[in-house]
Amino acid sequence: MTIKELIARTIELDSDGHLKNMNDWDESLANALAFEEQIFELTPDHWKVINYMRNEFKTKGDAPSIRKLTKESGIDTKTLYALFPKGPAKKAAKIAGLPKPKGCI
Amino acid sequence: MRKLVILGAGTAGTVMLNKLHPVLNKDEWNITIVDQDETHYYQPGFLFIPFGIYSKNDVMKPRRDFFPPGADVVVSQIERIEPQQNHVLLMNGKTLPYDYLIIATGAQIHPEETEGMKDGLWHKNIFDFYTVEGALALANFLKYWEGGKLVVNVSEMPIKCPVAPLEFLFLADSYFTERGIRRDVDFHFVTPLPGAFTKPKASLILGDFLEKKNIRLTSEFNIARVDNENKTIISWDNVEVPFDLLVTIPTNKGDDCIKRSGMGDELNFVPTDKQTLRSLEYENIFIIGDATDLPSSKAGSAAHFQSDILFANVMSAIESRPLRARFDGHTNCFIESGFGKGILIDFNYDTEPLPGKFPLPGVGPFSLLEETKMNHYGKIMFRWMYWNFLLKGQDLPIESHMQMAGKRK
Ligand SMILES: Cc1cc2nc3c(=O)[nH]c(=O)nc-3n(C[C@H](O)[C@H](O)[C@H](O)COP(=O)(O)OP(=O)(O)OC[C@H]3O[C@@H](n4cnc5c(N)ncnc54)[C@H](O)[C@@H]3O)c2cc1C
Repeated sequence: MTIKELIARTIELDSDGHLKNMNDWDESLANALAFEEQIFELTPDHWKVINYMRNEFKTKGDAPSIRKLTKESGIDTKTLYALFPKGPAKKAAKIAGLPKPKGCI
Repeated sequence: MRKLVILGAGTAGTVMLNKLHPVLNKDEWNITIVDQDETHYYQPGFLFIPFGIYSKNDVMKPRRDFFPPGADVVVSQIERIEPQQNHVLLMNGKTLPYDYLIIATGAQIHPEETEGMKDGLWHKNIFDFYTVEGALALANFLKYWEGGKLVVNVSEMPIKCPVAPLEFLFLADSYFTERGIRRDVDFHFVTPLPGAFTKPKASLILGDFLEKKNIRLTSEFNIARVDNENKTIISWDNVEVPFDLLVTIPTNKGDDCIKRSGMGDELNFVPTDKQTLRSLEYENIFIIGDATDLPSSKAGSAAHFQSDILFANVMSAIESRPLRARFDGHTNCFIESGFGKGILIDFNYDTEPLPGKFPLPGVGPFSLLEETKMNHYGKIMFRWMYWNFLLKGQDLPIESHMQMAGKRK
């Protein structure tokens, strides 16, 4: 994607700063969202987590818990926090274009 | 003879037995229900035990009081299901073959999943209230406690009755106020979620509730371990929260028999069709209640609404008709808010809790997303309804699909 195209794009966010429409998401947008979270480069490990989260959300309708992430994405908890400092569940969800995890009330 | 087996005689299993037993032809069908023990616990009542409001006897009754006459009941641990063979192996050595299987083995707490949780301070300064033993031990501790740092922590989602931790805090606020030591107790709610109230309407209406009650909040806290020596819980990103009394809601998991059967996800919950409640893998297996991996709340009310859907779909399946009943995620919870009041929420997969009147639009008597005395009576009445109507599979005056009438957007 060229710079010009990036500027021309309008993305709608919800009140928490997450994508309103997860279909707006693509890889270049993920890079831009990561940048906003002070993650300046998405490594293959970042992508492993992001792709796992998107898949999980599509099949289950919910982002996975930290336990599930570490158990099934093959990345341990410490590394996960190193990849997404201050809350992998929320940060990775944001970069993956998913809504913030919610409770029932 | 065709065989239908129900695993677990808790809320959901008992309701299903009571619905199916009277209608399935006795000459054609044999229904068996299995549970590991003979006592039925009213789990929502556990919340009241720490404060001396309920005793042990208020929350337990013999399971057999709720079985229809002539039901085939087996008391044994379930070893595992062999879904390819269409049979269940029991710990007592017996094998139960089935044509149709209903899994209702619920969810239990697992404090040992968190490092240090079950070490030195367990049931000394660290308690749960999700088991009768935990709730009773906590009641005994609270009686003598003179105050200090009270921390209520949810280890990870999902948990049964996700509002129970908040209710615990609100009741504790009442309890310590009545004992005249509220100002000596520092309240702290520590949750992995982004807040105490995460749904837009509920946050808008109840957002300042914790502040008003002087309860500190730490959100997005994922517990890594408990430091017993320094009485501190520590998150994966090294945030430390000190406590004198830790009330934990440990990791909730489905039963180990699900794991032994190779049928669960990482928390032993069984992959279930969100709408039909049929197993995603096996045509003749259905799952209900806390044992499912559904995104609906793990609550007795949800299990009750599911039972209407499941009853219709099991009847269709055994008559080789398509499954037409659809669960919409409907859940309905009375939330104790302390000082003799309560809040009511009613929601489903797609609709968040909204304000309004319930169950009669405009009339009530209950008020949604609002704190009233009547809502508290609703919660207290629920126990009576549970024992006398719900478990017996009788209809309650609430539709199994969520209704929009009476709600305000
Ligand atoms: C503190 C607390 C407060 C709650 N408050 C509310 C509330 O206010 N409102 C509400 O709607 N819900 C509430 N709930 C949730 C409600 O109690 C559950 O959602 C409900 O009981 C689920 O029913 P179930 O049949 O799926 O599981 P359960 O009722 O737990 O039954 C599972 C059964 O399976 C049996 N079993 C499991 N494994 C095996 C095995 N291997 N062998 C043999 N038997 C086995 C168990 O012995 C048990 O009897 C609360 C729960 C708790 C803990």
